[in-house]
Amino acid sequence: MTTQSITTISNENLISEVIKLKDEGYRLVQICATTVNSEYEITYSFALDYEFLCIRLMIPEEAEIMSISQVFAPAFLYENEMKDLFGIKINALSLDYQGNFYRLEQKTPYKNQ
Amino acid sequence: MSARSIVPFGPQHPVLPEPIHLDLVLEDETVIEAIPSIGFVHRGLEKLVEKKDFQDYVYVAERICGICSFIHGMGYCSAIESTMGIEVPRRAEYLRTIWGEMSRIHSHLLWLGLLADAFGFESLFMQSWKLREKILDMFEMTTGGRVIFSVNQIGGVKRDMDSDTLKLFIKIFDDMKKELTALTKAFLNDYSVNTRLKGVGILTKEKAHELGAVGPMMRSSGIEIDTRKLGYSAYNELDFQVITSPVGDSYARTEVRINEIFQSIEIIRQAAQKIPDTELSLVVKGFPSGEYFMRAEQPRGEAIYYVKGNGTKFLDRVRVRTPTFANLPSMLEVLKGCQLADVPTLILTIDPCISCTER
Repeated sequence: MTTQSITTISNENLISEVIKLKDEGYRLVQICATTVNSEYEITYSFALDYEFLCIRLMIPEEAEIMSISQVFAPAFLYENEMKDLFGIKINALSLDYQGNFYRLEQKTPYKNQ
Repeated sequence: MSARSIVPFGPQHPVLPEPIHLDLVLEDETVIEAIPSIGFVHRGLEKLVEKKDFQDYVYVAERICGICSFIHGMGYCSAIESTMGIEVPRRAEYLRTIWGEMSRIHSHLLWLGLLADAFGFESLFMQSWKLREKILDMFEMTTGGRVIFSVNQIGGVKRDMDSDTLKLFIKIFDDMKKELTALTKAFLNDYSVNTRLKGVGILTKEKAHELGAVGPMMRSSGIEIDTRKLGYSAYNELDFQVITSPVGDSYARTEVRINEIFQSIEIIRQAAQKIPDTELSLVVKGFPSGEYFMRAEQPRGEAIYYVKGNGTKFLDRVRVRTPTFANLPSMLEVLKGCQLADVPTLILTIDPCISCTER
């Protein structure tokens, strides 16, 4: 099995870190949000062949993050998902469904109530 | 420039067993852009982990989807086992490998049938599903279920296969190979099938990488990645090559899946010969703490099972990134520039599983 590394970075460094990974040839594997008390932990996973690594943001509930969809095109799906399920605010999404990616009876059901 | 029009496709459509909607932007009969819309059957299964004991959640994980159910259960269990440092008995790992490969065979046969149905070759559809029934019978024989198997548990498996059963399975697969060869010849050589698949919906290697394609969708564009090579379950002790094609069209995606069926039979044969005689499961004590990303190769490609424990019986988070979700951008890419008549076949060539996507 390969090792898994998770590096926590600051919100401001997200785009530069992601561009660096893109330049190194990594592909986006997934983006996952988790509620941790009154914060969100957002984990971006990347792979290069069989190597797998993650970078992580910790942001307050009301904070905004930049979309990485301008760097990794498939990110728009994961980011719209986070927006719909957790209510995370994401700036500059390449395709923004405005909270209608999933047809949900209850808005932002995964958000801490 | 021709006038543009928008044609809604789905959520109900003869080729879609499950609902997905696309807005197809057309110029005459040519698709310029496809905008997806999902969420018709979103169930919020990931959230349920906050109310279900981590051991009981295995039953939820395998109900994410009826086709990929075994590997969903196995992937979740493996992720939990990794956070808890549990070393699963080798026999259980071999049994997981055998059931996992049987899942791949039945999923690929199901897909071949749906593809044949999409381009109107009904006898080919029926032949594919007739063979698939045999795999379901084998599942029923060893697990008691045909769709949901409930044989995985944290620490191992609940059921065994004795040597007579394994010998019988090898014989069934040997007999099936003759029928499979005849069936797949029609897919690969028939003139009308070829005209619907060859040169249609090309996904280049660069685009497959850029768009994060996984599984046969990626491998048929020439990328040699198969997460079974990471060596989980018993794959580290079995010999197999990653099946690829450099072409990237619908035909290549069909060819790769067909070759994977034969490969899965060989993997099962090896596993049946090498399976060690150990116990089936360990007694699990304690609760998961820490986090882990388990990567497993579903029939449709790499799936990610993320778990985060907090030292209690309830997990903080389960996240399943399914292969269809990862393949949606590639699907949109291959639709660009295609003819409207090819849209149903092209959507099918990613082997979409909407239940998985909307877990």
